Amino acid sequence: MADEFGSWLYAVTDGTPGEWLRGASGVGGQPVRTVAVAGLTAAVTSVSLAEFGEEPLRRNLENLAWLEAAARRHHHVIEIIARHAPVIPIRLATVYRGDEGIAALLSARRRDFAASLGRVSSQTEWGVKMYAAQPRAAPGQPAAASGPPGGVPEASAGGAAAGAATGSGGAGAAYLRRRRQQVVAAKDARQAAVASAQAIHATLGRLATAALLRAPQGAQLSGQASPMVLNAAYLVPDERASEFGAAARKLADVHPGVIIEPTGPWPPYSFAAVDQHEMAGPQAAAGPAV
Amino acid sequence: VNAGARLPDAVQHEQIALVDLLDRVLGGGVVITGEVRLSIADVDLVTISLRALVSSVGSSLARGGEGDLAS
Repeated sequence: MADEFGSWLYAVTDGTPGEWLRGASGVGGQPVRTVAVAGLTAAVTSVSLAEFGEEPLRRNLENLAWLEAAARRHHHVIEIIARHAPVIPIRLATVYRGDEGIAALLSARRRDFAASLGRVSSQTEWGVKMYAAQPRAAPGQPAAASGPPGGVPEASAGGAAAGAATGSGGAGAAYLRRRRQQVVAAKDARQAAVASAQAIHATLGRLATAALLRAPQGAQLSGQASPMVLNAAYLVPDERASEFGAAARKLADVHPGVIIEPTGPWPPYSFAAVDQHEMAGPQAAAGPAV
Repeated sequence: VNAGARLPDAVQHEQIALVDLLDRVLGGGVVITGEVRLSIADVDLVTISLRALVSSVGSSLARGGEGDLAS
C-alpha cells in the first residue's frame, strides 16, 4: 500500500502547547503538531500506517525496544505540556485516521475534557510502591541458611538415617527447624508489611485529593527481591507536594517492615479519566498480578 | 536500612525505570473509544506488552532470590 498516515494522540490540554512542543521529538522521531478546537488543544504526530496501523502496531508492541522508544516519547511530550498547563494524558497507542477525527473528538467531548482538566489542574500524580522488608535474622542465627551444615542432604534429615550420622536433634534436624522458623518469620513479616502498607496508604491518602491502587508489579518486573505489597498512586495538589514527600519519609521510619519507593511527580496518568477520582479503599493487597 | 525511603524532591529522574513508565502509559491514560480512531490501547495491549517485557528480562534474572521452603 502507498504510504498512508494516521494521527497519534498524546494528550489534551486547555493550554497552548504549540510553542512548548516546538522541536520536541515525538513517536517515530517525528515532530509534534497541535489540533485546536473549542478551547482545547490536542498534541499529535503524523505516523505511517505501515508502522503504526493496527496490525503492525500490534506486532511492534511486542518488541520491547520499539515499545520503550514509543513509551518514552509519548511520556516526553505529555510531560512537556504538564510543565505548563493542566493535561489529560491519553493511553499509549491511540491512533486516529486523521486530524479530523481528533477535532471531532475534542468538540464532542469538550465538556468531559474540561471537567477532567479542572480536576487535575495544579496537581501531580505520585506513585508509592511498598515492599515487605526482608525479615531480619534472630540474634545468633545466620540471615539465610544456604544449605545444611556439613553437607547433610536435606532429604535424609527427617528419615531414620539422619540419626545415624548426628543423633536426633543433630545438625540436619536443627537445619530443618531453622528453615521452618525462617519461613514462618517471612510469612509473619509479609502480613505485618501488608498491614503497615495499608496504614501508610490511608495516611498518604488523606494528603491527596484522590488515591487509587494499581496492580502490584511482579517481582520479576519490579527488580526487588522483596514482594511488592502495595502499588499506590496519589493525586497531590502542588502546594501540598512537599508535605506529602515529608509524610512519606516519616512513614518509612515509623514502619521499618515496609520499604517505601516513591516515584514521580507524574502527569496525572491515573487520575485524568472521568470515573477514577474516587478514593480507593486500601484493600487490594493481594498477590502480584504479573 | 530503609534504602528506599528517600523521596526525590521533584528533582527529575534522569531516566525513569521502564517498568514504572509502562505502568503509567499503558495502565493509565485516558482510553477513548469511537469509530474514527484506528487503534487504541486496551487491556489486551497491557498484556501483550508486559509479555514482551517479562520475556526480555526473564533470562537475565537472578534465579529464585531468598530461598523459600515452600518451593
